[in-house]
Amino acid sequence: MAVEKFPVEASHIMMFARSVGDDNQIYYDDEYAKTTEPGTVIAPPTFAQSSAQFDPDYFLRPKIGEPWFGSGGQPTGITRSASGGGGGGGLHAEQHFEYHRHVKPGDVLTASVGPGKTWEKEGKRSGKLVFSETVTEYRDQNGELVITARGVGVRTERPVDQ
Amino acid sequence: MALKADDLNVGDTYSECLVEDLKRTQIVQYAGASGDYNPLHTDEIFTVEVAKYPSVFAHGMLTMGMTGGMLTNYVGDGRLTKYGVRFTSQVWPGDTLNSTATVESLQDGLVNLVVETTNQHGVKVLSGYAQARID
Repeated sequence: MAVEKFPVEASHIMMFARSVGDDNQIYYDDEYAKTTEPGTVIAPPTFAQSSAQFDPDYFLRPKIGEPWFGSGGQPTGITRSASGGGGGGGLHAEQHFEYHRHVKPGDVLTASVGPGKTWEKEGKRSGKLVFSETVTEYRDQNGELVITARGVGVRTERPVDQ
Repeated sequence: MALKADDLNVGDTYSECLVEDLKRTQIVQYAGASGDYNPLHTDEIFTVEVAKYPSVFAHGMLTMGMTGGMLTNYVGDGRLTKYGVRFTSQVWPGDTLNSTATVESLQDGLVNLVVETTNQHGVKVLSGYAQARID
């Protein structure tokens, strides 16, 4: 996802760490963080994924005044085409991060998305699988590359058998 | 805090229990923090009736995030240089996850780890790798 401005903030890092059940105080307490090797609060390893919050067009966030495919009075708020199982744009198959440095509060990142491969495979539990890859480069306020992320999404023909 | 090359051997392992009896509320917390509000993770009615899954299930990235906590507890703060995973099975409310990092190789101030997270049935839900700087 392309993002023009992703301000890294301490409270967001705290909420993210809570959500992944990580009680390492480097994510919560700037006084404690001074005693650690990085010497500052840093973001947890998968925090870059929350750049979705700063993508104005992110399709998995309800937009004000627009229909939303989750349930309300009915099981879904939109009329959907019968395009494969999973709903909501498929499933996440792979995620890879390369850290050139660890981001910290005060950094303001951009994220640019480069072209990735697509390929198909026949799945045992979900019919035809269509994989698509995206490579995202996160750069800081000085234009330095801080994180390279590669994600692979998969769209299934039908819901995955359980 | 950081790992020392002299103390490490190929085949060494480090394990943690990531979560016991995963709660739907934690999945909601992750949706709110990450910004991924896909109803598959938080909206039981949509997920069962429209998407045809037995219940909501965790974001793959929640499992990767929890596994990342195990890794940073092992290798130290700010030491990871690479971390990548494949999501091999879905994670459901009620699941208990255990995660293990195994030393695969050591080279030039770096350790390469094999990372695996399994559920209470012994099914692998995440499989991947990490690399970290060591002293």
